[in-house]
Amino acid sequence: MSHAVTQETGTPPPKRDAKAKAAISEGKKAERRLGLLLCAPAVIVMAAVAGWPIIYSVWLSLQRYDLKFPDRQEFVGLDNYVTVLSSPYWWNAMWITVVITVVSVVIELVLGMVLALVMHRTLVGRGIVRTSTLIPYGIVTVVAAFSWRYAWTPGTGYLAETIAGGEPVLTQKIPALLVVVLAEIWKTTPFMALLLMAGLALVPDDLLKAAAMDGANAWQRFTKVMVPVMKPAILVALLFRTLDAFRIFDNLFVLTGGSQGTTSVSMVTYNNLIKGLNLGIGSTMSVLIFIAVAVIAFIFIKLFGTAAPGSDNGGRR
Amino acid sequence: MKGAGHRLAAAGSAALVATSVLAGCGSGDGGITINVYKYPQESFQKIVDRCNDEADGYRIVYHKLPREADGQREQLVRRLAAEDTGMDVMALDVTWTAELAKAGWIKEFTGSAKSQVENGTLETPLDTARYEGKLYGAPDNTNVQLLWYRSDLVPTPPKTWDEMIELGSQLKKQGKPGLVEAQGKQYEGLVVLFNTLVNSAGGTILDENGTKAVVDDKAVKALEVLKKFATSDVVDPSFSNFAEDDARLAMEGGKAAFMLNWPFVYAAAQKKPEFAANFKWAPYPSIDGSDAKVTVGGLNYAVSSFTTHSEQSFDAVSCLRSAESQKFAAINDGVPPTIESVYDDPEMAKPYPMKEAILETLKNASVRPRTPAYQNVSTVISTILSPPANIDPRATADRLREELQDALDSKGVLP
Repeated sequence: MSHAVTQETGTPPPKRDAKAKAAISEGKKAERRLGLLLCAPAVIVMAAVAGWPIIYSVWLSLQRYDLKFPDRQEFVGLDNYVTVLSSPYWWNAMWITVVITVVSVVIELVLGMVLALVMHRTLVGRGIVRTSTLIPYGIVTVVAAFSWRYAWTPGTGYLAETIAGGEPVLTQKIPALLVVVLAEIWKTTPFMALLLMAGLALVPDDLLKAAAMDGANAWQRFTKVMVPVMKPAILVALLFRTLDAFRIFDNLFVLTGGSQGTTSVSMVTYNNLIKGLNLGIGSTMSVLIFIAVAVIAFIFIKLFGTAAPGSDNGGRR
Repeated sequence: MKGAGHRLAAAGSAALVATSVLAGCGSGDGGITINVYKYPQESFQKIVDRCNDEADGYRIVYHKLPREADGQREQLVRRLAAEDTGMDVMALDVTWTAELAKAGWIKEFTGSAKSQVENGTLETPLDTARYEGKLYGAPDNTNVQLLWYRSDLVPTPPKTWDEMIELGSQLKKQGKPGLVEAQGKQYEGLVVLFNTLVNSAGGTILDENGTKAVVDDKAVKALEVLKKFATSDVVDPSFSNFAEDDARLAMEGGKAAFMLNWPFVYAAAQKKPEFAANFKWAPYPSIDGSDAKVTVGGLNYAVSSFTTHSEQSFDAVSCLRSAESQKFAAINDGVPPTIESVYDDPEMAKPYPMKEAILETLKNASVRPRTPAYQNVSTVISTILSPPANIDPRATADRLREELQDALDSKGVLP
């Protein structure tokens, strides 16, 4: 929408005089006002449902506030941050979260790219291929996680009996983490593939043909032509998946419940906030996760130059 | 201010609360509905039906909570934090009394309601329903672990842990099954085992008020026993991953001579007659030859502070936990009663042959640490003790003391 507006009003034909220019900017002003008015309800609702909870949790994070001891509530400044940041449980969870995020996103990117290429190139039964690829993404994560859990449980599961040789893999740290990563990859690779396929559609066939004419082989065409053109799409896909993977909760909750030191930061927060009813410590953790997510987004957008969602040029170059 | 804070804090459960309130109001006939929240207990609806026949001016509706204790507690505390008026009566695990009472979420039993509950109820279960000298719950069922053994392998059951480990070891040397099954997984079952050992050794985990972590020398002794067991040759290799049912299955599978477990294993064993024939019980082994102080489990009914039908709620509780209801639940669901006279009922003899042992154990039973921060205390204990083979008695005790104190002061981070 906004692109269309800038396109029309932003490039006035050079012949126009100053008067016309003023008229246009006046019209632009009116348009802006109307735009703001139209946005206002949405902004107010967003502020109420998103802005206020954020401010409130920052406020809570500065207090000793435990629902179990309502009479002990007091302002403690940054004490909670000191407690959380000096806790080995928090850093273990952070470490586990980072490992899960990096490993699963990297594998997803590779597999997603392969899937995207296959879907893009498929000539026969394209609909079938795309649909069947997307099925894992369409299954509710918790449901899928339960089937993974049963599959890996000795006695009930075929994977435990065949691959793991009857060992309870989910009761040991490293094997359990591998299963979690596997479940994540299985679940979200289709999403990655879908975003990458949208990027593939941007690569003009003419470019590839021209490169082929110049003697570029398939690998060169992929790395020198496709990937640079697709870069915005790849970065957006990576950004989305990294933020998503960093907040991993459901798969872990069902698969291990956080035992054997397999807790993620979201699970530690849940344990403190919902199970422990400690609003102070729990809110501190959610603020820290919020900051971590903001840092990831900052790195992607400012340093890697990812087009922030909504500010991309819709494929025009 | 406090109320507003709670409401905001529980904003996430708003939708849940809204639907439940609607459900609570939807009785239609304009009469009073008493909403009872309890775990999925098979024969409980029949007890509710009978109480509804007797009830005067209200109707009890049974809402099932999740099957697992953590899920039950989570749903209850979130709705209580949001001051949900749609919950009237709740069935609480014995370890939650302090937490909910301290937060002001459950009503105290006073006057006739109190004397009715105290009349004829066993002391230990009653003790689990008390906090700071006040009564906050009505014991519905209780539970204690016993020592289960194979009488074809062991003619006389051992009295102490040392004897048990020795006997198992001898059996193994003769090529017979000699393992001891117990619960060593990182969860509440490990806390139950630890609490039993500490109390049997005469030690203390928290002080009387539940505000200070003690973990004294006797508790170190208990850790030594646990360590000795976990590193002995009679411990199941999967001990550190075993919960109640895993232990039961291993015992039924013929690997073990002994098992420490709740009485539900008796009913389960009856499905395998040749196994059941030699499946016997004895009092829980002690540390020094005196009586073991076994951790008590079970369920208490509590009335929500936010109920709008207080009088009817207390009335409903007294019917739901009456001697008749408890007998019905004991026979049909296998849960041990809390009213002493129920044990003498002739109908109890067949489904409950171990009732004498249960009653005897209950008289010396111990209660888990009584603190509003129990959930945190339990998490800290099970995390630090897991896996039990890695316990270093003195160092582990020091770590327990430190982290438990943080948990009590709401300063620490929960794992």
